[in-house]
Order: sequence, then structure tokens, then C-alpha cells
Amino acid sequence: MINEFLYMNGYGLYVWSAFSFTLLCFTSLYVIIKNQYVKEKNKFVSKFGALDSKKAKVAISQTINKEILSNTQSI
Amino acid sequence: MFKIFEPNKIFLITSKAPKYVIALFAVVFSIGLLEALIFSPEDYKQSHSVRIMYVHVPAAWICLGIFSSITFLSLSGYIFKNKNFFLIAKSLAPSGFVFNIVALVTGSIWGKPTWGTWWAWDARITSMLILALFYLMYLIAWRIYEDKENVLKITTIITILGIINVPIIKYSVDWWNTLHQPASINVLSKSSIHSSMLFPLLIMTAAFALFSLLIFLMKYNTELIKIKNKGLDRL
Repeated sequence: MINEFLYMNGYGLYVWSAFSFTLLCFTSLYVIIKNQYVKEKNKFVSKFGALDSKKAKVAISQTINKEILSNTQSI
Repeated sequence: MFKIFEPNKIFLITSKAPKYVIALFAVVFSIGLLEALIFSPEDYKQSHSVRIMYVHVPAAWICLGIFSSITFLSLSGYIFKNKNFFLIAKSLAPSGFVFNIVALVTGSIWGKPTWGTWWAWDARITSMLILALFYLMYLIAWRIYEDKENVLKITTIITILGIINVPIIKYSVDWWNTLHQPASINVLSKSSIHSSMLFPLLIMTAAFALFSLLIFLMKYNTELIKIKNKGLDRL
């Protein structure tokens, strides 16, 4: 039964390669975008850490900066 | 007028949304795969090769929808002088491009058992390839001209030229005698597809739409953090 499911009347190779290519594209795109996100976030955290206390106070007063530094964004 | 689109406000939502979207995508995509690969029937003519439709058609629909949205957002950005519209458009482009590639490649794989060839310079297939080139130009333009004032002008021109191709893609199967079959689903008239195939197709379309939303949110958050990084330099 499993063989029948994989073979699909001789069309298995076409069907599985189409679905596999789609999954590969999804995974690659997700990994690329996620890496870009982590890179920019790490850059922000290190830049923020290098600020003196006065500048850091100004930066943290912005909601968006506070949100970036918060740990809630796992994705 | 567009205060709701202010990045500071949007970020509060977009930074938290991806984890919910990815969970929803996982559920919908799993159901879609089960329906597409197991529960949906085989076609009386195309047999099991018809299952390729469940990835090919949603990818094509979504890449066309995203390109239309990018054009609309770019034009709106110019009309309303709102740079955030350009940022939203830029963040939509990567998933649109990938869906376009998925549509082309899965279409080619489907073409081999159906038409006996991987590729034909048919009106529908060629116009989809042209759309992929417009996506590529759009993405390259952002990469080359980033931080320069004229990037907004260049990317908008690319989208305006590219949008001319969208109705050509849609009606190519009606205007020309093509290898590609005409549309089976019509919003205005009765669809020629059976509900046992339409249901999985709609579920897969929903899953693909959720995936593009996820990628959009992650890319948009990245772009906003990039802007804020520059803001820290100016402090």
C-alpha cells in the first residue's frame, strides 16, 4: 500500500519532486529571512549596549526600541 | 490619514504576530498536504499527476496577487507620500518571487507527463517567466540602490511596467491558442472543477497565503530594525 502511494500509477516521481521542491523553497526562504532578522537584531542589541547611559535612556524611551530589545520576539 | 500605518504602532503587532502565524500555517498546511496527497481523488485523464495542481495553482495565484499589491502600494506610497507603503511592498517581494519560481518549476514538472515536454514557449508560461524577471529586477533594484533617494522611483517604474504583464498572464489562455489549459475556477461563473478537488486547492491556497504573511512579517520586522539601527547611529 505504501509502495502504491509512493508510486502513484507511475506519476510518483513528478508529484513528489513538485512537492519536495515547494518544501525546499519554503524552508530556504524561511531560513534566509530568519537569518537576516537575527543578524539585524543582534546588531541592534550590540549597538544599544555600546551607547552611554544618556543616549541609552533616549533610545529606550521609544516603544519600538523597547520592543526590539524585549525577549518576546522569538521569531 | 495613515497614522495606523506608522511603523512604531505596527511593530507592536508585527513583532508578536509571526509565532501565531507560523502555528496556524503548520496546522493548515498539514491538513492541505493530507487532502492534496491522500484524500483528494485522482483525475480520470491525468491520474495522480493532477496532485501537482495543489502546489502549482496556489503559488501562481499568490505570486500574481503579491505583484499587484506591490504595484498598488508603490503607487500609493507616491500619491500619499508615505514611505511605509514602500517598506511593506519591499517586504512582500521575496515571498512573491519564490512563489513565482515554485509556479514555474512545478508547472514544468507537471508539463512533462501531461504535454510530454518540460518547457514550451507558450503565452502563459512565457508571461509567467517575464513576471519572475520583473520580481528579480525589483529585488535587485532595492539591493543596488538601497539608501538612495531614487530607489523609490526606480522600483515604482519596475512595478508599473510589470503590472502590464499581469492581465496578459490572466487572459493569455483565452487570447491565444496555448498549450496551457484555460482557467478551471471562475469567480463570476460556474467553476469546472469538482468540489472534491476544489476544497484541497482552497486549503493549500490558504496555507500558501499564511506562509507569505509569515515571510512578510519577518522581513518587515527586519527592515524596521534596520531603520532603527541607523537611528541609533544618529543619537
